[in-house]
Amino acid sequence: MRVNGEPVVLDVPPQVSLLDGLRDRLGLTGPKKGCDQGACGACTVLADGERIVSCLALAVQYEGREITTIEGVASLPDGAALQREFIRRDGFQCGFCTSGQICSAIGMLAERDSDAPPTRDEIREGMSGNLCRCGAYNGIVDAIEEVAT
Amino acid sequence: MTAIGQAFDRVDGAIKTTGAAKFSADQTYPGLAHAALTHASTARGRITEIDTTDATRVPGVLAVITHHNAPKMKMPSVGLMPPVFGTTVVCLNTDEVHWDGQPVAVVVAETQEAARAAAARVRVSCSPLPSAVDFSTAEAKPQKNSMLQAGSARKGDALAALESAPVAVDREFTTPPHNHNAIEPHTTTAVWDGDRLTVHEPTQNIGGVRRTLSAAFGVPIDKIRVVSEHVGGGFGGKGLVWPGTILAVLAARVTGRPVRLVLTREGVYRTVGGRTPSVQRVAIGADREGRMTSLVHTSVTRVGRTGGGPEGVTIQSSHLYDARNILLRQNIAEVDLLANTFMRAPGEAIGTFALESTVDELAHELHMDPIDLRMRNEPTRDPIGDKPFTRRNLRAAYELGAKEFGWEQRTPQPRSMRDGQWLIGWGVATAFHPPVHLVANASLRFSTDGTALLRCGFHEMGMGAATAQAQITADALGIPFEAVRVEHGDSSLPAGPMAGGSNQTGSVAAAVHTLAPKLRRALGGEISVEALARKRKPYVEVSIGADSPLGRATGQARLMSKFLRDRRKGVRAVTGAQFCEVRVDADTGEIRVSRWVGAFDCGTVINPKTAASQLRGGIVLGIGAALSEETLVDPRTGRIMNPSLAEYHLPVHADVPEIDVHWLDEPDPTMPAGLLGVGEVGVTGAAAAVANAVFHATGKRVRDLPITLDKVV
Repeated sequence: MRVNGEPVVLDVPPQVSLLDGLRDRLGLTGPKKGCDQGACGACTVLADGERIVSCLALAVQYEGREITTIEGVASLPDGAALQREFIRRDGFQCGFCTSGQICSAIGMLAERDSDAPPTRDEIREGMSGNLCRCGAYNGIVDAIEEVAT
Repeated sequence: MTAIGQAFDRVDGAIKTTGAAKFSADQTYPGLAHAALTHASTARGRITEIDTTDATRVPGVLAVITHHNAPKMKMPSVGLMPPVFGTTVVCLNTDEVHWDGQPVAVVVAETQEAARAAAARVRVSCSPLPSAVDFSTAEAKPQKNSMLQAGSARKGDALAALESAPVAVDREFTTPPHNHNAIEPHTTTAVWDGDRLTVHEPTQNIGGVRRTLSAAFGVPIDKIRVVSEHVGGGFGGKGLVWPGTILAVLAARVTGRPVRLVLTREGVYRTVGGRTPSVQRVAIGADREGRMTSLVHTSVTRVGRTGGGPEGVTIQSSHLYDARNILLRQNIAEVDLLANTFMRAPGEAIGTFALESTVDELAHELHMDPIDLRMRNEPTRDPIGDKPFTRRNLRAAYELGAKEFGWEQRTPQPRSMRDGQWLIGWGVATAFHPPVHLVANASLRFSTDGTALLRCGFHEMGMGAATAQAQITADALGIPFEAVRVEHGDSSLPAGPMAGGSNQTGSVAAAVHTLAPKLRRALGGEISVEALARKRKPYVEVSIGADSPLGRATGQARLMSKFLRDRRKGVRAVTGAQFCEVRVDADTGEIRVSRWVGAFDCGTVINPKTAASQLRGGIVLGIGAALSEETLVDPRTGRIMNPSLAEYHLPVHADVPEIDVHWLDEPDPTMPAGLLGVGEVGVTGAAAAVANAVFHATGKRVRDLPITLDKVV
């Protein structure tokens, strides 16, 4: 597969999740494990531009695919702008869910088939798979809205 | 221009938005092995057999450790200070099971997949012992008064005054257990090098981890280094040492390998305590003009038989209303469950729900505006002890909040405001939290390039602590914010305070304010590159405190004397007004929080950006407690039934409206830089504001959290 634009070989047994493959084998520790069951979104990465929860993905199923983690998003459209606005709008506190929030935001904006900027309610709905226990939700929505408009 | 008061971006923004920040589970070591836990599924019992045959056969397994082969450990002695560990049970040193979920085996393997697979193959047989796990039927006893918390307080004869009051409301409230659910699970990476130990651990109490591990493994405290640079959320759940930490260090010792133990989400629920449930009675008697003649607040909470502490449910009730007679009493039931622990605004988070709901009920009885009722009973001195408040301008907070919210547009009658299908309700409640004040060791250095370095082992779990301290240091030295660097989160630094009780910013600021004049004197009276050049040194550094037995004892003495001095100064607390709008579907009872204004009297605000986030974060946690959060404990078996983020419902993006926060920005004269901690106050009053808004929308008074739609329709 390709990860953040580089070809990589990930030789793992079939039960290894994409998240564990990225973190333990490739040393990409930006994606986080918060629940290991797809409920918190901290492990969100992009697979060919679509957001997935990498804890529920088996690494072997992603052979030949293009994976982008937080470490590689700066080169994507909106990636660097989102990183900048998350800081400016205080879209995080502890920072543990942030990698997933940013990847999810990139994926969500790409999913839209409308050219009109998303409303705040659409952003909230679209981001509801990414939990933030610190409660930085207002800042996250501010950051995404700023980049999307 | 001063740095304090400016909305600087967080100093850790770049590393936290690029994935570069290394959390405890991101630390790698050559030869790192992985550990996983096996949990008992008996409330109380004795292990009769523990079969590790299948577990040992899993390829890659290095060790399966149980009470049969684990080395002996011991917990530190409990002295005058509150304990630093969560439970007195030394897991794997006993065949007794004290709670459902107690770890009974640790598997160490080459990969985490192998460790988890093997941990699931350890077979445990238990013979049950009699247990009491049902909080609703457990026997409660009065809480004793201690130096740290009063179990009861009284003024006059509140029960007699209640009997004779012209108007009285007397209500019972219940709140469920809650779990912290920091998105980062508890994680320990442990590395032994001979008798030296390095532990990467997300903690709110580096010193507590060191003390506990020193006792458990019989290693001098200065041989133990605890690193905790970034903590992925704590909320109290990382304030004490829980079994996983000790067992990871044990696994590293037994195998001779660096070991990482990341608790599963279920493992966090089973081995880290949460907020106790409560049953509360609040009764208020008043005259027809709304002047309170009697206030009664009593509570029952629980502790585990092997750990946990009293919950200060009635604390706010001794400070908020100028009632002529007051009776407060807290009771505790002991059960065979995992120890409870503190969770963001312990006591006041749930205590304000009952008190502030009852005040709203009284206002309704009196046909009086609930803010007006509160202001008629606003005290000028502390109602019970008659001490002064170090500052209190709750009136101004209410005025500010009411104006921002548009409270005067409210029609008082329930079900009187509507938008199509939605019943609209506006509710209000008082927020109250008394931040504690501890002591910090720290050092401060000024270098030839004109920069300063503050070093203090405090904890950064998202409060913006490093950013705030850089601002405080910049002003104390008269240098720009950008010229200050802050190191934190490591026991090799001068010891910081634990992060709890909203103390940390103030406690570290006090150290900075002691160090800055010392540094100025060391530089001959002025802080400048020129002054340093005259000293012919690359830098000048000053410090407070020492990491030695004497230094630690001195630190304890400083802490105690500060604690007693503070108590004499008066009552110091953040107060605030929480305004909430809910929309309730007239047919389905679905409740949406659609608007929020919080106005706080919280001293000087160091950084408006991060302080607003702290207050909002607290309110979000309060919204969760109000509407969706509940840890379900099986009353027959004592087993937590929803140990996952899929079944314990935190607020998500769609549940949280714009939260508009304001403050008065008036300094507290007894605090460094006039600041008061704002980490917890946002939670308080929030659930009551929601409940009061739901009543206003629907006419239904819900006194049992969470307020789910079945309780409204």
